[in-house]
Amino acid sequence: MVAKPKKKMAIIASQGSLDWAYPPFILASTAAAMDMEVKIFFTFYGLPLLKKKINPKVTPTGNPAMPMKMPFGPQFFQNINWPIPNAISGNMPGFESVATGLMKKTFKNKGVATITELRDMCELLGVELIACQMTMDVFGFEKEEFIEGVSYGGAAAFLDFAADSDIQLFI
Amino acid sequence: MTLYDETIDCKGMQCPMPVLKTKMKIDTMAAGKVLKLITSDPGSCKDIPAWAERVGHKLLSNEETDEGYLFYIERGE
Repeated sequence: MVAKPKKKMAIIASQGSLDWAYPPFILASTAAAMDMEVKIFFTFYGLPLLKKKINPKVTPTGNPAMPMKMPFGPQFFQNINWPIPNAISGNMPGFESVATGLMKKTFKNKGVATITELRDMCELLGVELIACQMTMDVFGFEKEEFIEGVSYGGAAAFLDFAADSDIQLFI
Repeated sequence: MTLYDETIDCKGMQCPMPVLKTKMKIDTMAAGKVLKLITSDPGSCKDIPAWAERVGHKLLSNEETDEGYLFYIERGE
């Protein structure tokens, strides 16, 4: 039997908040588990996801569709979607930390893996993680801050792979 | 009753972990061996068959039981 050529997936991860960090790592690890060759190109605010210690946060401000629900208490209480206007969520000190804590708790309660666990799975399954060199220089990131095994490249390096990929995503 | 060689329990895990853990488990098995998988994530009802077909494993059965969603997967070549 002649082996089928591997499917390829190219992802640009441009966001580093807790909510937006999930899709690239979920899709990349799953694609690798489906025998695809996967590369994620981390640029702009996606770049911090390559740091050794990552602690992504979520902000309800500017995310009007984000449900604001409590991950504890009786079920009727957990079902309440709290109507918190941006004027409050954007101005109250510590609101972001609280929202991040609540989202992490919700994910944990529901059995969702952490970002670090999913990133570990990506590495284990052979997903190539590429840091955008230009963003590193602009925002002052050093290679020492990043996990081992990260490679470095620019737009042409990504496009060269993306041009031959079956799936290309910008996240 | 399907005969099986190995089992994996992915109850309590959410997408994509059941697929990832199952892939890692079945990679350690020889071709033709059967893996019994149990999950609680309703999404896995679609995900596990899609994954198995894509990578060339044979889904022998797929059913909802009191325990959870039960799959028997035969390792492909």
